[in-house]
Amino acid sequence: MGLARYVIVRALLIIPTILLLYTLVFIVLRVLPGNPVLAALGTKNIPEEQLQAIMRELGLDKPLYQQYIEYLVNFLRGDMGYSMVVRGRPIASDITDRFPATLELSIWAIIVSFVLGVGIGYVAGRSRSSIVKHLARLYGSITYVLFIPALGLFLQLVFGLWLKVLPTGDRLSPGIYIKPITGMYTFDALIQGDLVAFIDAVKHIILPALTLGLVLSGPFTRLTLDNMEKVMESKIVIAYRSRGIREEAITRHVFRHTLIPVVTYLGLQFALLLGGAVLTETTFNWPGLGTYLVDKIMYRDYTAIQAVIIIFAFLVGLISLITDVLYALIDPRVRYQ
Amino acid sequence: MLIVEDLYVKYYTRRGTVSAVSGVSFTMQKGEMLAVVGESGSGKSTLALTIMRLLPRNAVVERGRILLDGIDVLKLSEDEMRRIRGSKVSMVLQDPFTTLDPLRRVIDQFIEFLMEHGLDRRSAEKLALEALESVGIPKTLAYSYPHQLSGGQKQRVAIAMAIALKPSLVIADEPTTALDVVVQKQIMDLIDTIKRGGTSVMLITHDIALAIERADRIMVMYGGEVMEIADKGTIMSRPLHPYTQGLLASIPRLGSDKIPESIPGYPPDLRNPPKGCVFHPRCPYADERCRSIKPQLIEVEKGHWVKCHRVVKA
Amino acid sequence: MNINPYTGIGLAIILAFVLMALLADIIAPYSPTEASGNVLEPPSIHHIMGTDNLGRDVFSRIVFGSRTILMVVFLAVAISGALGTILGLLTGYVGGAIDRVISFIMDSIYAFPSLILAIALSVALGPNPLNAAIAIALTYVPTYFRMIRGQVLSIKSEGFVEMAKALGLPTTRIIFRHIFPHLIPTLAVVFSMNSADAVLTEAALSFLGLTVQPPTPDWGFDLYKGRGFILAGAWWMLAFPGGMITLLAIGFALLSEGISQSHAVKSFE
Ligand SMILES: Nc1ncnc2c1ncn2[C@@H]1O[C@H](COP(=O)(O)OP(=O)(O)OP(=O)(O)O)[C@@H](O)[C@H]1O
Ligand SMILES: [Mg+2]
Repeated sequence: MGLARYVIVRALLIIPTILLLYTLVFIVLRVLPGNPVLAALGTKNIPEEQLQAIMRELGLDKPLYQQYIEYLVNFLRGDMGYSMVVRGRPIASDITDRFPATLELSIWAIIVSFVLGVGIGYVAGRSRSSIVKHLARLYGSITYVLFIPALGLFLQLVFGLWLKVLPTGDRLSPGIYIKPITGMYTFDALIQGDLVAFIDAVKHIILPALTLGLVLSGPFTRLTLDNMEKVMESKIVIAYRSRGIREEAITRHVFRHTLIPVVTYLGLQFALLLGGAVLTETTFNWPGLGTYLVDKIMYRDYTAIQAVIIIFAFLVGLISLITDVLYALIDPRVRYQ
Repeated sequence: MLIVEDLYVKYYTRRGTVSAVSGVSFTMQKGEMLAVVGESGSGKSTLALTIMRLLPRNAVVERGRILLDGIDVLKLSEDEMRRIRGSKVSMVLQDPFTTLDPLRRVIDQFIEFLMEHGLDRRSAEKLALEALESVGIPKTLAYSYPHQLSGGQKQRVAIAMAIALKPSLVIADEPTTALDVVVQKQIMDLIDTIKRGGTSVMLITHDIALAIERADRIMVMYGGEVMEIADKGTIMSRPLHPYTQGLLASIPRLGSDKIPESIPGYPPDLRNPPKGCVFHPRCPYADERCRSIKPQLIEVEKGHWVKCHRVVKA
Repeated sequence: MNINPYTGIGLAIILAFVLMALLADIIAPYSPTEASGNVLEPPSIHHIMGTDNLGRDVFSRIVFGSRTILMVVFLAVAISGALGTILGLLTGYVGGAIDRVISFIMDSIYAFPSLILAIALSVALGPNPLNAAIAIALTYVPTYFRMIRGQVLSIKSEGFVEMAKALGLPTTRIIFRHIFPHLIPTLAVVFSMNSADAVLTEAALSFLGLTVQPPTPDWGFDLYKGRGFILAGAWWMLAFPGGMITLLAIGFALLSEGISQSHAVKSFE
């Protein structure tokens, strides 16, 4: 009851944010540059008539406000227009091809960062040694500023070239085939019970997920550690102890409290995750939205760039909604406000 | 049933060692309510936490013995102590807003507590509901989250948990200070009923008027030491310690236009307690002996103990 | 005065790089843009960091490359710091509808991945170092804005601001003379943390080819090119540019860690 209403309210509140981001992206990409078609074709010696024809084809001849509205309406219907460079290619189908790869990478990276970050913070939080706590904090601030391509290439050198145990790019080895269901190969292979393909897919995702996950894990460590310390000194712990509850159970309950700020942070972390995914994908030739975006940047394919960035805006809105809901699930006080 | 002998507790801090409890001795009988009265910082909570063995890590029990129904509490292993907490001795904490975990339903916390002490889930739930019912918490509230309860209701839940397993001793550390006046009375009435089952109650308060109204006996603490112990009537009619007299004089009285006097001066710095009697810097009668020699706690008449050079054993 | 070890190490790293940039002409043994050896030579006494695929000295490119990244980073942090602080001070102080609208816009931008926003801006503005700096600066305005505004709101309610108002002091004077000085310590922490972020964003834009045009030396772009020679085993084309980026970012991160620790300690005492 309370939860459903809460979710609906939050969902409605996300809409203005998404609209604002859309407007922003529209302004930056459509209003700022000169003639996008010229930029895309990279030449100025096109007959005026042909230029007009292309502009009309792409809907760029209409007044800006009309473009603004039509683009949004079409976008919501799943029509993201056509590529400027590969003419006649609908962008929506490119994106549906690429999206699962990015989603799969993100899911594994979040899992890695959560397990590493919260795990290290939890262990350090329970430890009585101040050196361990110091090291955990240092881990948190240093992993946070690792440069993803540098870390990724370093891992490729070590595990791919020197130890030769893991592949350095792509999602599957040549010759391995997985029938796409979700498009996320690790999960698809599991669903189909194909062990060989599963191991191959896992081998390919280890390094990218580790790279991205490691960089994202730092803030989790610090948050978990700080909050464990704070909550372990709180009166709730004394109260539990005064009832004879055993320490393991208390730690478990307390851990839930430390998760509140961690989950709130998850939402902010997602912005980092998307940016990091672009770099990770480029570093590992991972065929997701990030490499797609970078490819399109090379060709100045504005319609495609715009579509990807707006997709990201929607994802940000969606994720902030999901974190709100998670938050409400953990903390009952939120639901009833 | 509770015997505390010559108890010394210190806190080690970066800025020195705090002697929070120094040489405290007293006894409590089955089914009586003892009020521990004293200003802020007099060591009341430290005493309570020592009995519960819940002192923070920087605290050390330097000396002393605590016997609860013949069990030497300070000698128990951590696990044995844990099993006693909540079943043989339990505590009602000052702030009801922090005693219950806000993330879990009241009933779940109650059931967890009872199951920790050996009940199975079914009987735990049944007992929890009965215990809550007996303190006036209906079933619907039992199944809700703590933030849906008022402060008074939360304190009722805390009391229900404290008495559910019929402990020999319940320690209530300022159980009503966070509540408004009307609710305070209801909660105190509830605490009164605890005694009926033969449970002893240690009521910790800085309010001597409340102590006189509710308790059977009163123990006055100052600077980590016991200044005076006697039954309520004796404290009211023949208070012997100047500090007790000061506390009594500070009670506002209905129908009297005498302005209640507060005791001048400040509580001692327990990192560096005064030589001689801890109370001497604030004592109107202090003389040379008080400044140099620490007085002993002596029994001036049966059950009436005082720590002051001015009283001599009758 | 007792310097926090983190602050010390962080500052030392940053200063070393600043010196490297200033004295590049003296330090670099070769031209960064012309071949000075064979192609893909591993590190040796002649080329301590080896040579790249065009026979250029990697060390010299690293030394000159520090100029690009430091310039972009300092410019970006200065612009975003100034813009964000001024906006935060004004809207926080004035309050009302303007404050709500601007805060909403800033919060939305803040939630958006800053790297992707910087990419979009760089693409729109055109790839060169100045535009990269502007793109990075714009994406970080909300960081300063949110922090400053929050502080202004809490300081505003304190006595001395009320008093200044009662004395009829002009608003700008109250803001800059009486509120701003209180924000400087927090700003120092945010500046250094933000510099670390800006280093990473600059390197990322370069890595994606959005900052400089070849043959200008630039760590991020050099790393991207080095990536093509990983199978040739030319680890030095990756390790040095990548290592420098990471080291510089760690320098700023340690500095901010150090400053915030000293502050935490102070506020306790
Ligand atoms: N964790 C601790 N570390 C150091 N000193 C402490 C600690 N807890 C209490 N003290 C000190 O021990 C002394 C006794 O404190 P205690 O809390 O027992 O007093 P109290 O009588 O319960 O006071 P109040 O009425 O304020 O609750 C005080 O001087 C206090 O400052
Ligand atoms: Mg107390």
